[in-house]
Amino acid sequence: MTETLRPETPEQLREAVAWATSADTPLEVAAAGTKRVFGRPCQTSHRLDLSGLAGVTDYEPAELVMGVGAATPLAEIEAALAANNQQLAFEPPDFGPLLGAAAGAGTIGGAIACNLAGPRRVKAGAARDHIIGFHAVSGRGEDFKSGGRVVKNVTGFDLSKLMAGSFGTLAVMADVNLKVMPAPERTRTVLVYGAEDGAAVKALAQALGSAFDVSGAAHLPAEVAAGSGVDYVAGAGRPVTAVRIEGTGASVEYRCQAIRENLAEFGDTEELHSSNSVTLWSEVAGAAYFTAEAETQVWRVSATPGAGPRLAAEVRAETGGRAYYDWGGGLVWLALPPRPDAAHEVVRGALAAAGGGHATLLRAAESVRAAFPVFEPQGEALKALSARIKDAFDPKRVLNPGRMYAGV
Amino acid sequence: MRMPEPDAAVLARRGDIIEQLRAIVPGEGVIVDEDELRAYECDGLTAYRQLPMVVVLPETTEQISRVLRYCHETGVKIVPRGAGTSLSGGALPVADAITLGLGKFKRILEIDYENRSAVVQPGVTNLAITEAVEHQGFYYAPDPSSQIACTIGGNVAENSGGVHSLKYGLTTNNVLGVEVVLMTGEVLRLGGKHLDSGGYDLLGVITGSEGLLGVITEVTVRILQKPETARAFLIGFPSNESAGDCVAAIIAAGIIPAGVEMMDKPAIHAVEDFVHAGYPRDVEALLIVELDGPEAEVADLIARVQAIAEETGAVTIRISQSEDERLVFWAGRKAAFPAVGRISPDYYCMDGTIPRRALATVLKRMAAMSSHYSLRVANVFHAGDGNLHPLVLYDANEPGELERAEAFGADILKLCVEVGGVLTGEHGVGVEKRDLMGVMFTEDDLKHQQRLKCAFDPDGLLNPGKVYPTLHRCAELGRLHVSGGQTRFPDLPRF
Ligand SMILES: Cc1cc2nc3c(=O)[nH]c(=O)nc-3n(C[C@H](O)[C@H](O)[C@H](O)COP(=O)(O)OP(=O)(O)OC[C@H]3O[C@@H](n4cnc5c(N)ncnc54)[C@H](O)[C@@H]3O)c2cc1C
Repeated sequence: MTETLRPETPEQLREAVAWATSADTPLEVAAAGTKRVFGRPCQTSHRLDLSGLAGVTDYEPAELVMGVGAATPLAEIEAALAANNQQLAFEPPDFGPLLGAAAGAGTIGGAIACNLAGPRRVKAGAARDHIIGFHAVSGRGEDFKSGGRVVKNVTGFDLSKLMAGSFGTLAVMADVNLKVMPAPERTRTVLVYGAEDGAAVKALAQALGSAFDVSGAAHLPAEVAAGSGVDYVAGAGRPVTAVRIEGTGASVEYRCQAIRENLAEFGDTEELHSSNSVTLWSEVAGAAYFTAEAETQVWRVSATPGAGPRLAAEVRAETGGRAYYDWGGGLVWLALPPRPDAAHEVVRGALAAAGGGHATLLRAAESVRAAFPVFEPQGEALKALSARIKDAFDPKRVLNPGRMYAGV
Repeated sequence: MRMPEPDAAVLARRGDIIEQLRAIVPGEGVIVDEDELRAYECDGLTAYRQLPMVVVLPETTEQISRVLRYCHETGVKIVPRGAGTSLSGGALPVADAITLGLGKFKRILEIDYENRSAVVQPGVTNLAITEAVEHQGFYYAPDPSSQIACTIGGNVAENSGGVHSLKYGLTTNNVLGVEVVLMTGEVLRLGGKHLDSGGYDLLGVITGSEGLLGVITEVTVRILQKPETARAFLIGFPSNESAGDCVAAIIAAGIIPAGVEMMDKPAIHAVEDFVHAGYPRDVEALLIVELDGPEAEVADLIARVQAIAEETGAVTIRISQSEDERLVFWAGRKAAFPAVGRISPDYYCMDGTIPRRALATVLKRMAAMSSHYSLRVANVFHAGDGNLHPLVLYDANEPGELERAEAFGADILKLCVEVGGVLTGEHGVGVEKRDLMGVMFTEDDLKHQQRLKCAFDPDGLLNPGKVYPTLHRCAELGRLHVSGGQTRFPDLPRF
C-alpha cells in the first residue's frame, strides 16, 4: 500500500524525511508528478508529496531575483514574471503531454531536479544556471542551505548545481531562489526551407557563430515539420530550419534581415512573427511532434552539435523512426519504434562514435526503463564517486532510490 | 589566521618525498631550493606568506595522476596553483604540503569554431584564449581584471567573474567540460563539447571549489562571436544614492547592459590622478555603462539609458564616440587597483555581494566604519550585479594597521550578509574569509558542504586549511544522527 506524506511547512518536510530515515522507508519524491515516468522506476512504499510547499514568496523584479516554494507551479511563476515583463530565461520545457501527463502542470522543483532547459539553452543556459540558492532537507533528515539571493556568489561549494539534475536523490528542496531576466520586447523566427540535416546544422552553426545573438536554433526534417501547428512550417512540404531572434524592435528587425541574407545560400527564407514563433518554439521544447504516437520510445541526446545529423542517421538506419534537432544540432530528439531494449546500444554506440555526450531514454514502458539504463552509463571512477556523494547526502537511500542509477 | 599544524613526521620525510617526486617528474620539474621556493610563498593576498615544502611542476595529466596517487597513499598534502593571482589566499602554500604548479600546461589543444568551443590546458591564461580566437571574431566572455596573468584553471577553481558577467555570465556559465584528477589519481572527464550531461553536475560542483576537490587538467570553454559594436557611457552623480537608483532603473526597464561599473569619489580621484581618463572630479559617484550589440540596438539603448540617467539626477553624461574613447573610459576602471596602490602604501581588496537596492545604505555604513577604524576606503564595484570591491587603505609598516584593516574588512563582509548578500562574489573564500563562513552558514550548512569534500577527498589532503573553518573528520561527518526514532509525526498531513 502506498501512503502519501504531504508536508505543508519546511519543518514538516524535515520531520517527514527524518521519519523515513529512522524507519528505513524509501520515499518517492514528487510535486505535481508530471515527470513520474522520467527516470528509472523506484521501489518505494511511501510518497512524499511536496505540493504543499508552493507559492511565490519573495519576488524583487529590480533585483532580478524571485524566491519560491519548491513546488510552485511553473505557470504561476511565469504569470508573476510576465506581469513585470520578465521570464525564466532557461525556458523550462513542458514534458507533460509527451509523458502522458497534463499540460502546464509542472513545478519549478521538478524543472530544477531534472535540470531542464528549452531552446534558449544555447544562449541562456539550463535550470542549473538559474538556481542561485535553496533550502533543502537531505536524506539525513537535516535542513541545510546553499547559495543566496544574489547571482554573483562564490561562498562555499555551489550545492545549487548539485541539486540541479539530481532527480531528488540527494535532498528535497523546500524553497529556491531563481535568477530571472527581462523578457524580450519582440520575438521573430527566421525559417530556411529545404536544407537536409547536414546542411541545416551547418546553417545553424553559422547563425550561432554570428554576432546576432541567436536564442533558438532548431531543424525539423520534412516529416517532423509536417506535424507542426504553424502553417508556415507544416505546409512547407520540405525540411524547415528555424533560427530565433529576440530583443528590442529595431535590433530584431536588423538581425533577422542579416540572418536571412546570411543563410540564403541554404534555401528560401521566411519570417515568423510573435505568436507563430511562440507556438513553434514550445513545440520544439516539449517534443510535441512525438506526443501523438505514444507507443514510440523517445530519446533526448545531448551531443557535439556538428555531430548531431550523423548520429541520427546512424541510429535511424538501424531502427527507423524520426528525429529532429534543437540546440543547433546539439540536442537530438529521436522517436523510435518500440523495441524491448529501446535500441540503447544502437543509440549509445552512435553517440560514442560521434564524440560522446549524454543519451537519455525519456519515454519508454516501465519494464524497459527498469531493465536498461535510462541515463548514460558511467565509468567506474565516476560511478563510485556518485555513490559516495549519495552516501554523503542520503546514506540510508530513502530519497528516490535508484531513480538515476542502480544503487544511487 | 591559523593554518593546520604542520605534521612533523611529514616534514621529516621531505628528502624521501622529493626523491619520489623526481621519479615521477624528471628534470627541473621539482623545486627544492629555498631561493626558488620563495617565488611560490604567496598569492595575490600578499599579507600571508608560507614557503612550500616542495614545488612540483608536472607536464602531463599522467604525472599529475601519479603525484596525487602518491600523496593519497602516503598521506602528503597538496596545494594546486595556477598563476597565483588569487586574492583570498587560495593558492597559499602549506608548510607540510607540496605545491603543485600548473605552469607547464600552457597549450591550446583545439579550437572548434563550428561547435563554438576551445579545448585548453589549465595553465593557459584567460586572455590567451581570446587572443587565440579573435582573428575569427570570437572571444571567451568572462574577463577578470587579472586576465593577462590568471589561468583558466584558476578561473574554474574560483568561478571567476569579470566586468561583463552581468550579461555574459560567470566562469560556471561558460565552461562546457573539464578533465579532473581526483586525489586517488583517477582521471574523470566531465562534460565536453555538448551542453548538458546527466548524472550529478560535478562540472558545476568543481567550478568554484577552490582546488579542494580535484586538480583540473583540461578545460573546454564556450566561445562567442564578438558583438558588432560596443559603446560606453560615463555618468556622474551628486550622490551614491542617485547612482544606485540609476542602476536599478536601467535594470527595471528591462535593459541588461554588457557591464555596469561604479566608483565612489575617493576611487574616482585616485584613478584620475593616475591615468587621466577624463573622469569628472566634482561628482560623488561615477557609472560606466557599456552597451553592446548591433548598431541599431545600441543606438536605441543609448537613448533609453540617457533618459534614465537624466531622470535619476545625473550631472554629467558622456558617451564614447569612438572605440579609442571607449577604451579610455575603461582604462580608468581597469587601473583602479594600482591607482589606489599609489595613494596608499598598502590596500586590502574586499569582495562582498549585496542586493543592488542596499547599495546606498551599505556605502553610508561603510563610511561610518571608515571613521571608526581611522582607515580610508575607496570603492569600485560591479554595480550591475551588486558585487562590491571596497579597497581598505592601510600601511603595513604602522604597527596594528594590518589588523585594523582586516577587522574593518570583516565588518564590511558581515554587513554584506546582514543586508541579504554574501561574503564573496568572485574572489573566493580561501584562507581570507574562512573564519567568517559561520556568519553566513549554519553548522549543518557547512557540514553538508564538507560531506561533499569527503566524497572527493576523505583524508582532507587537497588544499587543506582553506574555505572551511573547522574540518570535521569525514568518519564523524558520515555518522547518521537519527532523531525522532520510529515515532510518526502527528501533525504531518498524510493520506
Ligand atoms: C589585480 C587583480 C585583479 C583581479 N580581478 C579579478 C576579477 O575581476 N574577477 C575575479 O573573479 N577575480 C579577480 N582576481 C582574482 C584572481 O585573478 C582569480 O581568482 C583567478 O581566477 C585566479 O587564477 P590563478 O591562475 O591566478 O589561480 P591561483 O591564484 O594560482 O589559484 C586560485 C585557486 O585555484 C586553485 N587552482 C588553481 N589552478 C587549479 C587547477 N588547475 N586545478 C585545481 N585547482 C586549481 C588554487 O588551489 C587556488 O585555490 C584578481 C586578482 C588580481 C591580483
